[in-house]
Amino acid sequence: MSLYLAAILLAALSGVPGLFLKRRGGEVAAGALTAAALLGIGAALRVLLGAAASGFPGTSVATLSLPSLPLGSPGLLGLDPIAAWFLIPVLLLSACGAWYGTRYWEDPHGHPGRVRFVFGLLVACLALLVSAAHAWVFLMAWEGMAVAAFFLVITEDRLLETRRAAWIYLVSTHSGTLILLGAFALLAGAMGHWNLGPLPRGFAASPAGTTVFLLFLLGFGFKAGAMPLHIWLPLAHAAAPSHVSSLMSGVLIKMGILGLVRLVAWVPDPPLWWGVTLLVLGALSGILGVAFALGQHDLKRLLAYHSIENIGIILLGLGLGLVGKSTGHPVVAALGFAGALLHVLNHGLFKGLLFLAAGSVVHATGTRNLEQMGGLGKAMPWTSAAFLTGSWAICGLPPLNGFVSEWFIYLGAFRAMALSRWPWSVGVLASLALIGALALACFAKAHGAAFLGTARSEAAQRAHESPRAMLLPMGVLAATCVFIGVFPVAMAPLLDRVVAGLGEGMPPLAAMAKLPILTGLALALLALALALGRWLKGQQGAAANLPTWDCGYGETAPRAQYTASSLADSLVTGARFVLLPVTHRARVRGLFPKGTRFESHVPDPVLDRALDPAFRLGAKGLALLHLFQTGQMASYLLYVLLTLLFLLIWMVV
Amino acid sequence: MSQPLLSTALNLLLHALAVLLLPPLIPGLIAKVKARMAGRTGPPVLQLYYDLAKLSRKEAVFSRTTTWIFLAGPVGTVAAVLVASLMVPFGHTPAPISFEGDVILFAYLLGLARFLTVLSALDTGSAFEGMGAAREVTFSALAEPALFFGFAALAKATGSLSLAPMLVGHGLTPQAQGMGTAAHLSGPLILILAGWSIVYLAENARIPVDDPNTHLELTMIHEVMVLDHSGRPFALVLYGASLKLVVLGALLVDLLLPRLAHGWMNWLMFLAGLGGLALAVGLVESMTARFRMTKVPQFLLAGVLASAFAFLLLLV
Repeated sequence: MSLYLAAILLAALSGVPGLFLKRRGGEVAAGALTAAALLGIGAALRVLLGAAASGFPGTSVATLSLPSLPLGSPGLLGLDPIAAWFLIPVLLLSACGAWYGTRYWEDPHGHPGRVRFVFGLLVACLALLVSAAHAWVFLMAWEGMAVAAFFLVITEDRLLETRRAAWIYLVSTHSGTLILLGAFALLAGAMGHWNLGPLPRGFAASPAGTTVFLLFLLGFGFKAGAMPLHIWLPLAHAAAPSHVSSLMSGVLIKMGILGLVRLVAWVPDPPLWWGVTLLVLGALSGILGVAFALGQHDLKRLLAYHSIENIGIILLGLGLGLVGKSTGHPVVAALGFAGALLHVLNHGLFKGLLFLAAGSVVHATGTRNLEQMGGLGKAMPWTSAAFLTGSWAICGLPPLNGFVSEWFIYLGAFRAMALSRWPWSVGVLASLALIGALALACFAKAHGAAFLGTARSEAAQRAHESPRAMLLPMGVLAATCVFIGVFPVAMAPLLDRVVAGLGEGMPPLAAMAKLPILTGLALALLALALALGRWLKGQQGAAANLPTWDCGYGETAPRAQYTASSLADSLVTGARFVLLPVTHRARVRGLFPKGTRFESHVPDPVLDRALDPAFRLGAKGLALLHLFQTGQMASYLLYVLLTLLFLLIWMVV
Repeated sequence: MSQPLLSTALNLLLHALAVLLLPPLIPGLIAKVKARMAGRTGPPVLQLYYDLAKLSRKEAVFSRTTTWIFLAGPVGTVAAVLVASLMVPFGHTPAPISFEGDVILFAYLLGLARFLTVLSALDTGSAFEGMGAAREVTFSALAEPALFFGFAALAKATGSLSLAPMLVGHGLTPQAQGMGTAAHLSGPLILILAGWSIVYLAENARIPVDDPNTHLELTMIHEVMVLDHSGRPFALVLYGASLKLVVLGALLVDLLLPRLAHGWMNWLMFLAGLGGLALAVGLVESMTARFRMTKVPQFLLAGVLASAFAFLLLLV
């Protein structure tokens, strides 16, 4: 516990020296965050590898208690297995992001010192949040996280787009906090104290339990970015500096999942419809998230929509686990929970990696528009490889880590199908299969348009590889992705420990999934690929410096390449009933038409199509109130008089 | 004890040999059938072996646009499909590797092959190859659910998640149901076969989805993605395509094969089944025209629906 507290303190103060130092402030902050990460992850691993306790939160291995506090609580912070599991990606990503930031965000106009300072605070709040064992600690850390993230999103406040993104984020996150405040108040009312911990049997089925679940779903759904509540996510992720986007997408939105996981752990008897709701929400977020990602050509916005998709996958796993728990099938429950939890870690790793790589691209080309990129793989081979690793993992392709967590969810869904006559879990299978195929299309598009082919703009031609301080964090994340994918068996005991806290009688993963075989096959794949690669290299005298064969048209023009939009066009057109793409095209007239242009984009379904018009209409309606706002003191005094008269009559009668 | 060990080792060896040596025969057979149907003599059945031998000696040409990813396509495809083949039983001979959930790994390894092929196509920067890549990812997004609904139906029928028991132990053939050969095939099996046949034609770029022999790049799907490959990389591409014909074909053939008394009879039966499949593909290719590109999604959707109905039928 003391290790962990030291880690939080280090993280919180990591940005402070940088405020006073003239140089090297970034390195100091990154060093402090690395030390914090080492300490914190050490503490987390100690908890996860610790002796098998009963595992329920509340009986956690390490707790901090201040009995003299007026709140009258025995425990404020507890580093139980769930907290430890969520702590690992928080600290790993923040250390990587901090090193990345030392070279990425050093322009004095970007206020690097302030960014570092708030970044450290954000990390500390996240680390506090995961281990909060008291409602007020939780809410305060939650609020600290929200506000710190707001300041980071609005870093580039001279851009209108950034200001809009930050304000929308602030409004959504505070709506979420308000809802959570209500939920925790309800919980405290039912329990008689503000401590967070196991709920009594029967509570979940009561009206209070139903309300708490719905409020949690709304409040945490806002943060996680589940589909109808995702409005802030694409904007904020695109506007923030990339190492901040990486932390936000990698771990900040997972705090919504953390809240739901906590609820799952506290409730011994969740009703069936809880799990079913999560499954529906998960399928919706997953499929729509990836479908909308296909329509984007802003690289970071595309990645943000993929975060929605992955939250969908996590919710599918969580829902599956909940259904298993409420129907008394521990195997299904364990597989679903394990898949969801491992995907929380995995998504943090590969999405963090992807955002860092995207940041390098933005750094090198000065644009986020995929249509302006192309051919970056030659100038930026390492960034390209990092982005490829991330894409490989996020598509769930073996032998990387994304496959392992999706595999658990698949296994759970298959098991569930064998157990009950009702075929609901085939919906999980079909959604996952469709998500997988669409994600593959989307990342083939993203990687292809950015790194392959030839440059489509001047800026892309002048691109350069990022400095080592930016490449190294990407390397660390990529290596972790590969490690978990090739040696999933190493994660099994840790996962078992977390899953054990989510329900009774959970069987160990090793008994349900043959993880060593995955290692064997991954190594076989590698060996085969190496052997074939050697065979290709063994060929004599390959001719060089020839153009691509373009079917007799002469040399290929960069403008004739397939663009990101055209690559996804048939899929976007196929799903136009859902995506509602907007196209602008000028009519071509006459025998010698002038140059013309064609544009298409896919606006957000909730923000751009529903909320924006609704708020505009609301603003118009409220403008009617201007009738009363005459600006003359006399009329205002008249209103006061009328109100008083009305109250007087009301009280007398 | 030594007897089963010996036969396992022998089966493993045969499996490896079949995977490595057999594939190039299938495209040859299909081409022969097509030629005969058209009243031509056609190229020899072993033509692809000659082609591969020649290509592996030829010099490869690389465009200046390409990077190492250009080679990752062919290498990754062959490696991924070879690993995937380890999990597929050839007839009633058990698969070398079989475990709960290998179905998913199998499907995702094919996905990996597709991902790398598409990337290596985009690496050339050619508009034509981009076109092929766009079509490939679009159509596979529809083929994937069809494959998975079929897996779900078989998992429901067998209560297992492993390819080997699912494909040969589903108990939906007349023989397994004790009705003799006179009885009809059961409904779900027919539907799965229909759905997967569509997937088979689409994944292997055959008519009516794609024409492997077309001469117009604008209308190709798979062929156009590998326009720039030559020499050994192209040999790998061709070999990978024929390997996919065998591995995915095994899925279809396994569903129908009866279990025979001896191991060698099962092997022969499987080879005969693959031959029959090649014949069927050749006949389909001779008798149908390829669809317009806009029709292909409807065709694939029919496959999805067929597999989904197979699943529904198994519930009642």
